[in-house]
Amino acid sequence: MRHDFLDHHSRLDSPVHRLSAEAKLFAALALILATVLTPFVAPLFFATLAVFLIAVALASRIPPGFLIKRLLLLEPLVLGMALLAWLQPNGGLVFARIIVKSTLCLFTMILLSNTTPFSELLGALRRIRFPALMITTLALMYRYLSVLVDETERMQRARASRTFTGRRSHVWRSLGTVIGQLFIRSTERAERIYAAMCARGWK
Amino acid sequence: MHIPDGFLDAKTAVATGGLAVAGLGVSLHHVRRRLPRRKIPMLGLAAAFVFAAQMLNFPVAGGTSGHLIGGVLTAVLLGPSAAVIVLTSVLIVQCFVFADGGVTALGANIFNMGIIGGVGGYAIYRAVSRMFSGTRGLVMAAVFAAWCSTVVAAISCAGQLALSGTVAWSIAFPAMANVHMLIGIGEGFITALVIVAILRARPELLEQTTSNTTTPAYGPVLVFGLLISFGLALFVAPFACSWPDGLDKVAKTLGFEHRAVEAALVHSPIADYQLPGISSAAVATSLAGVIGTIVVFILAFLLARVLVPKPAPDSH
Repeated sequence: MRHDFLDHHSRLDSPVHRLSAEAKLFAALALILATVLTPFVAPLFFATLAVFLIAVALASRIPPGFLIKRLLLLEPLVLGMALLAWLQPNGGLVFARIIVKSTLCLFTMILLSNTTPFSELLGALRRIRFPALMITTLALMYRYLSVLVDETERMQRARASRTFTGRRSHVWRSLGTVIGQLFIRSTERAERIYAAMCARGWK
Repeated sequence: MHIPDGFLDAKTAVATGGLAVAGLGVSLHHVRRRLPRRKIPMLGLAAAFVFAAQMLNFPVAGGTSGHLIGGVLTAVLLGPSAAVIVLTSVLIVQCFVFADGGVTALGANIFNMGIIGGVGGYAIYRAVSRMFSGTRGLVMAAVFAAWCSTVVAAISCAGQLALSGTVAWSIAFPAMANVHMLIGIGEGFITALVIVAILRARPELLEQTTSNTTTPAYGPVLVFGLLISFGLALFVAPFACSWPDGLDKVAKTLGFEHRAVEAALVHSPIADYQLPGISSAAVATSLAGVIGTIVVFILAFLLARVLVPKPAPDSH
């Protein structure tokens, strides 16, 4: 499997990784709520939060370069929407508020997802009585995400090696076929998975 | 359209969260009772499918590229209730694993993309596919519904940003609506191409959700209808008062003018009269929306004729 892009560093060993999933989940949610709800007049609070997050990041032994890269990768999505806020009168302050708050929240979530395997997060959700059907769906989605992404890339490679990418209409049509095929293969895979689940006593 | 953390204030986050939880609750209830057990793994696989499909880019004008959102596609393939569960799962994984889309904005994102994009789009799809029979009607309905749901979801998103006091409506509405009127064309086009591809290879996969013989469940229809109208009344209607007189009259006749005035007094740090240029942009956008709807409807009709060469003999 080539796609270990998911929670890349979540299985490292560090004091932060050893904390229970519930503790980390609730701590992250509390931090995000505090960040979002605190009025933007107390710069000291946000500075403290940033220092705390950096301390956690260092304690987690995740390569800092990786964290910075993730953050920079996600920042354009925030910037795009924040630029709209800048266009309005007195938008500068709103813009600064959004950027600071969003970046802190992003960093919190990146730390959470890279210190806690998704399966443990799901376990935590199960223990707080999250609907079972959602848990099953999320678990299966997570399990087969990389499989389907691999399959998509194989199909794209196969198509690219057999066709000349020429007219735009052709690109569109082949994209439709690839996505359609992907759905059909997902359906067939789901049928096989159901048979396998039944064979192992799922109820 | 994924709203990050920090863009919504507490009241908007709570309101959207409530709508999303209600919508998800109805979907879970409906799916638990109606979906055969052997279809349960399909929910997870469909969520992974939507995620993988969103990674495939298609070319848009000027060297940029877009990708599928997949609300209407999922609803057409699996039915609206299952689509809400699938799209919610996609948004949860994007939020918790990839930090794409905020935790406090999860409710808003589920409401915009899952409930409006999926269920709202499916309602339009059913309405249009009843008007035009056969496979062509199906394809045309999918194109039109995908476009409409993309635009309405974007407008709802703009309303949430404006209600939070983050971006003024006079800026958020034209920016979001205009961009998504273009994105929506790509969304409609690719939705239609995927449906045609599936119809050609495995038509029976589409049969259970596209046949008009199944009686709709009235409970979910009612609840989803209420949720969507309530959400739009909450996020979009308050700003209708800044639109021209004609729309004021519509608001009055529909009875939400009172609410609109109230909400505008509470919020609106920037009244529109300070920004004449931009306020007329909102009017122009509304006009473009009306024209765009008609154009896309015709476009969808033509596209269906091109993609489906002759009326299918076994159409139902």
